[in-house]
Amino acid sequence: MNISYTILIPLIPLAVFLLLGIFNKSIKPAVSGYIGVAGLSTSAILSFYTAYQYFFVHGKVDGAYQAIVQKVTWMNFTDTLHIDMGVLIDPISVMMLIVVSMVSLMVHIYSRGYMKGDDGYTRFFAYLSLFSFSMFGLVLATNLFQIYIFWELVGVSSFLLIGYYYTKPSAVSAAKKAFIVTRFADLGFLIGILIIGYYTGTYDFETLNNPEGNAILSWASTSFMGLSVITWALLLIFIGGAGKSAMFPLHIWLPDAMEGPTPVSALIHAATMVVAGVYLVARLFPMFYFVENGFALNVVAYVGAFSSLIAAVIAITQTDIKRVLAFSTMSQIGYMMLALGVSKYEGHDGLGYMASMFHLFTHAMFKALLFLGAGSVIHAVHSNYLKDMGGLRKYMPITNITFLIAALAIAGFPLTSGFFSKDEILVAAFEHNKLIYFSGVLVAGLTAFYMFRLYFGIFWGKDTKYEHAPHESPISMTFPLMLLALISLFGGFIPFSKYVSADRLGFEAHLNYPLAAIAVTVGLIGIALAWVFYKKENNLASKFATSFGAFYKWTYHKFYIDEVYLFVTKKIIFNLIAAPIAWFDKKYIDGTMEGIGNKTVVISKKIKGIQSGKVQDYAFSFIAGIIILAMVFIYLWTN
Amino acid sequence: MIAGISIYEILTVTSILFFIGVYGFITRKNLISILMSVELILNASVINFVIINKYLYPDVLQGVFFSIFIIAVAAAETALAIAIIINLYRQISSVEVKDTEIMKY
Repeated sequence: MNISYTILIPLIPLAVFLLLGIFNKSIKPAVSGYIGVAGLSTSAILSFYTAYQYFFVHGKVDGAYQAIVQKVTWMNFTDTLHIDMGVLIDPISVMMLIVVSMVSLMVHIYSRGYMKGDDGYTRFFAYLSLFSFSMFGLVLATNLFQIYIFWELVGVSSFLLIGYYYTKPSAVSAAKKAFIVTRFADLGFLIGILIIGYYTGTYDFETLNNPEGNAILSWASTSFMGLSVITWALLLIFIGGAGKSAMFPLHIWLPDAMEGPTPVSALIHAATMVVAGVYLVARLFPMFYFVENGFALNVVAYVGAFSSLIAAVIAITQTDIKRVLAFSTMSQIGYMMLALGVSKYEGHDGLGYMASMFHLFTHAMFKALLFLGAGSVIHAVHSNYLKDMGGLRKYMPITNITFLIAALAIAGFPLTSGFFSKDEILVAAFEHNKLIYFSGVLVAGLTAFYMFRLYFGIFWGKDTKYEHAPHESPISMTFPLMLLALISLFGGFIPFSKYVSADRLGFEAHLNYPLAAIAVTVGLIGIALAWVFYKKENNLASKFATSFGAFYKWTYHKFYIDEVYLFVTKKIIFNLIAAPIAWFDKKYIDGTMEGIGNKTVVISKKIKGIQSGKVQDYAFSFIAGIIILAMVFIYLWTN
Repeated sequence: MIAGISIYEILTVTSILFFIGVYGFITRKNLISILMSVELILNASVINFVIINKYLYPDVLQGVFFSIFIIAVAAAETALAIAIIINLYRQISSVEVKDTEIMKY
């Protein structure tokens, strides 16, 4: 299978970015919207074509979906260690291509309506294209270093898009926060990459991931503090992944990132960039699984489970609808992580891996839908807060229906897409780790509750009197909603396990009816509770909140994790470490350098009188010098 | 050797001549006088060339030719120096060495 054309998938958005970025001022906004959509459509068509070719025309070779790699060497260090640039086509990268191009295209179309009349319209589309380029590059990366380059590029695009409204101080600080936190996590990633390069001598995914390969078999050869160095490297790489995927305790940037325009939240902070961490772990899954009997993978599982739980609890109390969705995203990504964490490698035991990828796919669709729906609502009522909404079902029927579908999907309502992927995650967790399974079921219930709290709060609940009657969004915004709703509804019937699995062989996954029944029951209880609390306007919820008292306040303030960070950075690091070092730097380092300069000036002031300009003075010193030298030499010779 | 005069006496004379020149160069206030002192230094060295040539290699004449050469160069130098001094005089109406320290800039 010739895959050279796949290089166009990232390059077309790059070209669009350059075009829109360079001719920012001279392109009419309407035209730039069309250019962006056209570019992304081409990429999307190519992505679907690639998927069709890969799965159905090329198909299995030797019983497995083989990875197809095409690359050029970019930098050569040693015979084995070199940095390549290229494309890697295998089941998960093809799946990600579909997800990214699909959601990105929907968001492009949606933004044409949502951003209409905005000053930076062209700039917005340029950034979106830059992001799409980086994300495609990340997905197609053939080696750790290439993925790292694009990893940083998506970070930059995310920074630019969060800070899109750069006149708003909160947006600027949110952009900085997102960039600094993820950069800090990426430091771990980089160190991990360097350790991998040093000890295994390669960055190439196919070489690293080969279960019979040197990198995996020789993990025990060097150890550091009781763990294999490779395990350390994987943990460090996971820190990078956790930073991008907003895992506890590096999640603090994600809620603030909601300052960006809503389509951006849908694209970057719900569907694509934040799952890059999951993708990274999945990409290195054989290493995570085989090295040190999956120690690093266990860490992934527990971090994922804990993050999903804590985020779901926080989501219940938030009143900004986008923040609820942000915490929901964090919770669902935790789900994917825990599914990866409990997965095994071969055949049906690799269910968790497949479930994680499946959930990534379905989550991208319904979470993008939720965000776009929320954007449609915000577009109509010009507020992010639940208190300004209510009773909107009468004004916005399409948004209402699509939002309901998405909410049902994320709550795991039977036969929606979320039901299948969530069920498989829970089955995988049940088979391998009961503790994580129970946490997962609890999260499923919480998810259903807060999602329907949101749904009822926006579309039902109190009959808010609006100054201007809200109206349904234009077709450019409702069309993506409807399309994504269709996928959210029926996406679960894709036989994912046949195509995506850890060992690439594919297997048959079946519904586990008892476990599915438990999950569905818990979900329905959550929905029912939300129904009781929020369907009609009543004070049950606030009564409940006061009865929880301190705990409610805690969760409302997101467990004060932001404050802990501020305390650690401002009070401890700034005052105790940075300030003394700055003082030392100013006092001694700068002092020494300035002292040398000042002394030179002082000395030169003193001695510059010697240069009098009188020829005779010079002649005198010249002759005096010669006489002294002559005397010295005569003295030396005669002795 | 020149009859009745030893090399030491001649070298003594040229040394005195040389140091008179150096002394004049350092102490004179007038640029013309300084130029004359430089001439004295040159003359002392010219005499040295001749006398040492005569003393060490009586049958060749390189030293003598060299002294002629120096005299020619000295004449050129003097012409140049006087030209500078005249120009200077036109600028500042003085040939006093203390007035020329502005030239260090």
